[in-house]
Amino acid sequence: MGHRTPLYETHLKHGAKIVDFGGWDMPLHYGSQIEEHHQVRKDAGMFDVSHMTVSDLKGKSVGDFLRLLLANDVTKLKTKGRALYSCMLNSKGGVIDDLIVYWMDDDWYRIVSNAATRDKDMSWMNAAAKEFGGVTLTERPDFAMIAVQGPNARAKACTALGEHIREAAMPLRPFHSVRIGELMIATTGYTGEDGFEIILPDKSAPFAWQMLHEAGIAPCGLGARDTLRLEAGMALYGTDMDDTVSPFEAGLAWTVALEPAGRKFIGREALEKQKAGGVPRQLVGLWLEGKGVLRNHQKVQCGVHGAGEITSGSFSPTLNQSIALARVPAGVKTGDAVQVDLRGKLQPAKVVKYPFVRNGKSCL
Amino acid sequence: MSNIPGDRRYTKSHEWVKVEKDGTLTVGITDHAQALMGDMVYVDLPEAGRKLAAGKECAVVESVKAASDVYAPVTGEIALSNAALADAPETVNRDPYSEGWIFKLKPANAADVNALLDAKAYEALVAAEKH
Repeated sequence: MGHRTPLYETHLKHGAKIVDFGGWDMPLHYGSQIEEHHQVRKDAGMFDVSHMTVSDLKGKSVGDFLRLLLANDVTKLKTKGRALYSCMLNSKGGVIDDLIVYWMDDDWYRIVSNAATRDKDMSWMNAAAKEFGGVTLTERPDFAMIAVQGPNARAKACTALGEHIREAAMPLRPFHSVRIGELMIATTGYTGEDGFEIILPDKSAPFAWQMLHEAGIAPCGLGARDTLRLEAGMALYGTDMDDTVSPFEAGLAWTVALEPAGRKFIGREALEKQKAGGVPRQLVGLWLEGKGVLRNHQKVQCGVHGAGEITSGSFSPTLNQSIALARVPAGVKTGDAVQVDLRGKLQPAKVVKYPFVRNGKSCL
Repeated sequence: MSNIPGDRRYTKSHEWVKVEKDGTLTVGITDHAQALMGDMVYVDLPEAGRKLAAGKECAVVESVKAASDVYAPVTGEIALSNAALADAPETVNRDPYSEGWIFKLKPANAADVNALLDAKAYEALVAAEKH
């Protein structure tokens, strides 16, 4: 038996197919992964993401600590409540984890990081905090987290949660958050659609889930979450990047704040060296022109440039075709024709820009 | 509980095999197999005329989650593939035992089918997998 979220029994009642996900018993789907995918693109769906790691960092110098710990720069957060996506790097510039950091209040930030990386994240952050001094790091297993996503997600969630929530949460722009009573509502997500991520006390989660469901938000599993994030071109930790891959090689250069030049974050030196010497690999989008379904770890033949590998491959329900993210040699360009080894047969694919889908529409 | 009709035979690799009046065998995957795989998104069909030994992989069903081979249940020759699955692979989920058939096989030896599992034996196999 794996770890279970406060919504585990609720998932069973809804007929979820449960699978192991990084040591957690999580719903893969509640009947049809593809229907759940379309539900999020066209209307509103919700995901139990309580397995994610929530931690609070507090202290007078916590901002300075995060400017050392993270590759993105928390001073970009100009007002309380705002959120920032960042990688946390090792000294070689490899990605320990990707995360979202929220500026909660004076001397207080909240980090939401991945589930499967919990132990190594905590030991890394604790060691860094100890060396830095004056920062306390507290894990918050007492919280549950529900992601409500889709074009109608905000309106339906506000109907479920009440008028005082609607007033505060409806006007939020993307990557903002607000705290109302025991709830934290953030306009972040992992689907390429509008919506909320709601952090709430674990004991309140089953009732909140029921209210959201009654407001017309369909339960969706991690299967749909994966195809949604792939279409949205969002990297998945552990497949698209890991401790041996730099953000530059994972399509995440936009999350690395090299300015101001004086900010000495962990991994900076290695990244500068890699940039100066030329980044050898890049993450690109692939569109399968041949038959079949692209899958993780399939080899990609890129002609004179050499070979690469698919890091995330699946079927895109929105585009009705197979798509992938692949790490290929530098020099491969958008529009290039490549070949992918699908179960021993080479199939043609095209290098495309990603995201593939945003706000319900194809970007190709 | 998955649906296991009594009018046909089964394999350990979760194909069903139905003997038609003209002696050809219609082959598909079982309800149990389609449920395990989830939403089908692609079926790679064998070409008519292809000669196969028993146990040879000859088709591929792919769901959002995974790809799985389909095997020839007995030695024979492909008579026909279900071309409708190219545009509607989800038929395998919706109706695995009828419209979702995958190919028809002319068996080299009609008696070979008798060596396959009957519904009761296949039910026991599925039950054993669940434990």
